[in-house]
Amino acid sequence: MLNYILRRLGAGLLLLAVVTAVTFWIFYVLPRWAGVTPQGMAAMYVGKAPTPEALAATVERLGLDEPVAVQFVEFVRSLLFGQEFTFGRETVECAAPCLGYSFTTNSPVLPQLLDRLPVTLSLGFGAAVIWVIGGVAVGVLSAVKKGSFFDRLAMGTALVGVSLPIYFTGLLALAFLVHEWELFPISRYVPFTENPVAWFQVMFLPWVTLAFLHAAQYARQTRAGMLEVLGEDYIRTARAKGLSERRVIFKHALRPTLTPIVTILGLDIGLVLGGAILTETVFSLNGVGAYAIDSIVSKDLPVILGVTLMGAIFIVICNLVVDLLYPVLDPRVRIAG
Amino acid sequence: MRGSSLRKRTYGFVALGAAASILLSACGGGSTDAGGDSGSGTFDAGSTEVVNSSDKAGGTLKYAIEADFDSTDPGNTYYAFNWNFSRYYARTLLAFNPEPGEHATELIPDMAAGMPEPNDDFTEWTVKIQEGLKYEDGTEITAQDIEYGIARSNFNGGVFTEGPQYFKSHLDQDDHNVYEGSDPLAGFDSIETPDDHTLVFHLNNSFSEFPNVLTQPQTAPVPIEADRGELYQEHVVSSGPYKFDGDYEPGVKLHLERNEHWDPATDPIRAALPDRVEVAIGVSQDEIDERLVNGDIDVDLRGSGVGPAMNARLIDDDSVQGNLDNPYSGALRYVNLHTPIIENVACRQAIMYAADRDSMWRAWGGESGGDIATNLLPPAIPGSNPESDLYPSEDNKGDLDAAKEKLEECGQADGFATNIAVRVESEKDVQTAESLQESLARVGIEAEIKSFPAADFFGQYAGSQDYVRENDIGMSVSGWGPDWPTGYGFASKITHGEAIMETGNFNTSELDDPEVNGLWDKALETEDPTERASIYEQIDTLVMEQAAIMPVVFDKVLFYRSEELTNVYYQPAYMMYDFMALGVDRG
Repeated sequence: MLNYILRRLGAGLLLLAVVTAVTFWIFYVLPRWAGVTPQGMAAMYVGKAPTPEALAATVERLGLDEPVAVQFVEFVRSLLFGQEFTFGRETVECAAPCLGYSFTTNSPVLPQLLDRLPVTLSLGFGAAVIWVIGGVAVGVLSAVKKGSFFDRLAMGTALVGVSLPIYFTGLLALAFLVHEWELFPISRYVPFTENPVAWFQVMFLPWVTLAFLHAAQYARQTRAGMLEVLGEDYIRTARAKGLSERRVIFKHALRPTLTPIVTILGLDIGLVLGGAILTETVFSLNGVGAYAIDSIVSKDLPVILGVTLMGAIFIVICNLVVDLLYPVLDPRVRIAG
Repeated sequence: MRGSSLRKRTYGFVALGAAASILLSACGGGSTDAGGDSGSGTFDAGSTEVVNSSDKAGGTLKYAIEADFDSTDPGNTYYAFNWNFSRYYARTLLAFNPEPGEHATELIPDMAAGMPEPNDDFTEWTVKIQEGLKYEDGTEITAQDIEYGIARSNFNGGVFTEGPQYFKSHLDQDDHNVYEGSDPLAGFDSIETPDDHTLVFHLNNSFSEFPNVLTQPQTAPVPIEADRGELYQEHVVSSGPYKFDGDYEPGVKLHLERNEHWDPATDPIRAALPDRVEVAIGVSQDEIDERLVNGDIDVDLRGSGVGPAMNARLIDDDSVQGNLDNPYSGALRYVNLHTPIIENVACRQAIMYAADRDSMWRAWGGESGGDIATNLLPPAIPGSNPESDLYPSEDNKGDLDAAKEKLEECGQADGFATNIAVRVESEKDVQTAESLQESLARVGIEAEIKSFPAADFFGQYAGSQDYVRENDIGMSVSGWGPDWPTGYGFASKITHGEAIMETGNFNTSELDDPEVNGLWDKALETEDPTERASIYEQIDTLVMEQAAIMPVVFDKVLFYRSEELTNVYYQPAYMMYDFMALGVDRG
């Protein structure tokens, strides 16, 4: 088991290295191929009326005139061993893992990311709880009552949920529930540790909006899975043994159905934690997603790299957790040591 | 000066000065003749008078903005809204007169004890500062702190990348870097401080408008020991009525609380009515507009009017007309005619004649977007003559006969081919270019529209000399707002030959006319503002004769004036409400 986890972690690290290299290549090398000079790259970081002096200083600070390979090695080195930045007369250490310094927001990247992470974690896990419970419950009921009015209504709603983008449902929710009827407070993130009630109130709409999109997929997936499993021989055997229908459904049918659900859940949570860009933007939440979109728009390279790397880390971790959960859910699965 | 909006984040920002403006403004403006008496004022009242006058103190004044500050450091900022806002915590040597209407752009002392005294040729200026001014920790503000603030903002080895460089251009100072060597001011002798309350500025040329530069946030005092370079923005040491409550969180929030060491008796411009000032950053523009109209926030910090969606909603809503103001934004929307590409002045004049200004004005939003511009200087600037029109035509539809004559004169009787550069994110820029393209086709001038990202427009495309020449970019659609409200503050950067840069070039037409340049220099040696205004009018006419800039629209902005906001008026120097006057009355 331990061997398996170590191997998976090793593969995860390799994946992260590849993601880093590719991202670096896209944002640092491609512009060069397109003919952008180091000064041109530096111009992205300076104000509207850059002096040649400011451009030259920025080129030097970011090492933009170095060969790309050197820049990459520098980036990896500061990631592994940290780096020092000079501000005025002050030298500040950026301890490993140092993701660098954003010359657009004038602040180091990692602390900024960590500051924003609680918002994204709150959003991601809160929404996931709602979409998993809601989606799976509806899916099971629909499967058990296949062809009923409930089944049709639920699957119809699910279709709507899958089809409607967040910026539609989100803006609609804001317009009516917040501004028109004032049922929910203006969305402004309040940390859980500061005021759990306010945190819940503010996060509720973003959760529901994000969950609506995902729950629909989960309901459809669960229903399909359940219908398939309910036709299996061992279910007939379980029923023949005289087990109660409740036991048949929850103990024998649902568990294997959950395996593929957990697989997509791992990916979904990883993606959301890497930045639920649309939800955060619509609800003006200052999470990782909003940070990501800001950095993309302003071509803030160190932040883009940082956000991408963090997103990749979440996906790797979530996938690992999912793989470890398989044998717990489905006794037929064994992890080969 | 930059207006604001997504900069860095794409849209908007008029650089103070910069270009920007254009984008942001999807904000057209309401129809000017709409009436109505509802709300706390009448339509457009805030443009010319103080609305909801009150001396009620207390409460929290709430701002929100989508994009972030370029920097909260007064030494490193160029956004118009932040030149306005930073005055909460950063006092400047001079200030704009805090009253609405025609005297709004006159200068008065802020930290200074009186107006600066020049020598005979305006190359030396002496400013006394008041005694008893204090920082947030109670220590006294000295002339040396102001000298240091100015030195670090302009002479820093290039580490500050946002702010303007007027001091660098005009101070008689050799290369200097405050962050090198043990004594930051050793060798920095262009500003002398003979005592703790006197500053003497030595300039490298005559500069009669120098006092305008002394209104800029770079003149705020900075204690040397508190300066942390770019990190200073996390906690600026306050000299004004408010100080940072905790650290500034980029992209999230900035909260200000009262500074007990600020003495109102020394301060002629700050009412300091609210107990707290809070800025929520990262709120989308639509959401800001919604909250503004619902009373959940008091002011849109960006200060460039409501977004397009809310604009459309408000214009036709009779119940809110009394809450709307519709002033000139202070900016000019225009098309640069690039002189190195279309070299022959007659060819450029042909373009001026052929342009259908009426359709370009419609493309910019018609009535609600602003007025047709036929001269360079916006109406609020002394020396502006909006009546002048060197290329008149019936109903402003273009004079095709005159255009054809000019084409013959320049040896291109059948027209010629060229390219127009536009910022792709700005719908109105693109529509303006399309409209120009159509009208030029009427005389055989084939113009192809080339779109570029706004963020790199001046750095890599229209403002890059190499790119313009290699790709035959003959025109570019642009916009400009004044760094300060005079002819020099508005137009020198876009028409003075010395302002031409290899990249990041805002004199995009690359006009380098000896007569124009000479008049700019003459203005700076002229003390009398009225005389200067007449020089600026001459420059305006010359630029039009040279057909280097085709004015399109003096645009207007639509502001929503919240019911609970007190002492609201439009300050043209910042092109938005005067933040220092504002208070809240929650009833």
